[in-house]
Amino acid sequence: MSVVDKTRELDVALVTDAVRAMCIEANYDLPADVCEALERGAEAEESPAGRAVFAQLAENAAIARRDRVPICQDTGFAVFFVNLGQDVHLVGGSFEDAVNEGVRRGYGDGFLRKSIATEPAQARRNTTDNTPCVLHTNIVPGDQVAIWMMAKGGGAENMSSLAMLKPSQGWPGMVQAVLDTVSRAGANPCPPIILGVGIGGTIDMVTVLAKKALLRDIGSTHPDERLAAMEAELLAKVNTLGIGPQGLGGTQTCLAVFIEEMPCHIASMPLAVNVQCHAQRHRHVVL
Amino acid sequence: MAVKQITTPLTDELVRGLRAGDEVAITGVVYQARDAAHKRLVALLEAGEPLPFELQGAVVYYMGPSPAKPGKVIGSAGPTTSGRMDAYAPQLMKNGLKGMIGKGLRSPEVKQAMVDTTAVYFAATGGAGALLSQRIVGNEVIAYPELGAEAVARLVVKDFPAIVVNDCYGADLYEEGGKKYARPAPTAPTVPGDPPR
Repeated sequence: MSVVDKTRELDVALVTDAVRAMCIEANYDLPADVCEALERGAEAEESPAGRAVFAQLAENAAIARRDRVPICQDTGFAVFFVNLGQDVHLVGGSFEDAVNEGVRRGYGDGFLRKSIATEPAQARRNTTDNTPCVLHTNIVPGDQVAIWMMAKGGGAENMSSLAMLKPSQGWPGMVQAVLDTVSRAGANPCPPIILGVGIGGTIDMVTVLAKKALLRDIGSTHPDERLAAMEAELLAKVNTLGIGPQGLGGTQTCLAVFIEEMPCHIASMPLAVNVQCHAQRHRHVVL
Repeated sequence: MAVKQITTPLTDELVRGLRAGDEVAITGVVYQARDAAHKRLVALLEAGEPLPFELQGAVVYYMGPSPAKPGKVIGSAGPTTSGRMDAYAPQLMKNGLKGMIGKGLRSPEVKQAMVDTTAVYFAATGGAGALLSQRIVGNEVIAYPELGAEAVARLVVKDFPAIVVNDCYGADLYEEGGKKYARPAPTAPTVPGDPPR
């Protein structure tokens, strides 16, 4: 009886090349789902100042794409989610090093800002190449490597929140916590914002869920009807706050709410809200 | 409403003529400085040492650009969140700073300092760094080059678009705008199986 070897070799140099390209393209070329959401927002916005902001954002995205310059000077922390097929045999070096090398080349070659500081509590020295990245790796069936990249700006990330709620607070307590997060943030995270909401798990998992939720395309509906309805309710309620584009007042504070959920401990009800600015720069490749 | 054309450095008279909600086009020199630079500037003030630029009438732009491509004045250059400079701003205003360009909320202490010292806070559109960079026509690093994007630079801007958020009379456009467009929250539960409340 012979054993069929199903493994596929993949040179990590290909990972480096793909990551380099994703870093550059994400920062120059605002994806279609975000551009379309900004167009819909401009039509729906009631405030003249808010409509003027939408017009500036559309012009900005066009300039960035045409001149190949960053959409925003904060070209972000490079965050990756990787689904690594268990039949892939990575060769040619360390996978994590290969991803970081891609970030180093992308941020260097693309004239992107290096925004990562080492020794956060003291020296805060710039690492000068935008590494290290944040890398979440999941092992999945199959022989492919799927990589999602987002360039996560600091201003919006700073407005994010984590709440270990009591189960008795239920969904209404979660809604209130989301509204409180957005109200506190006000103009700071560059609204119109996008919200990634994590529900359940543990304090580590809930924040990963909130970040992972931001990988979804704006305009997509959650396949789970219950979660889709929760997303719609949060979006409607956040948009009654009046914060508006850039916090100048308006009806379009938030472009989309995405929820990711997992079971939690009987004693817990974790909630994480990851705030994303209007420049939701994300890319996806499969190797 | 007409856009007000203003030039730097700012005088008290000019600042008094600006009201929250005014759209402005700024022309002249503004100084790029963000977190790390502010920490150093305030340390110099506390030590009684001179600053790398004249603070009287000055406007600071809370911004750290992306690197300039060859032949370009500057990279992408939009505002950063101003609140992180709140710990330093009142001391700079007491020493002559007249204007700040950034984005986002200011603390009560900063707003009070604007009233006390006749200063103004402008917001530029966050996340429009490609667009705003086109209004920057001069760029010279004058201090702390080792800080990279956080260095202090003397920028020359031309018709730089911004809006007055906090004026020297205590008004706040973020508060006013937010109140104007806030709506009562929908009360009916929309989630299947959610109990009435």
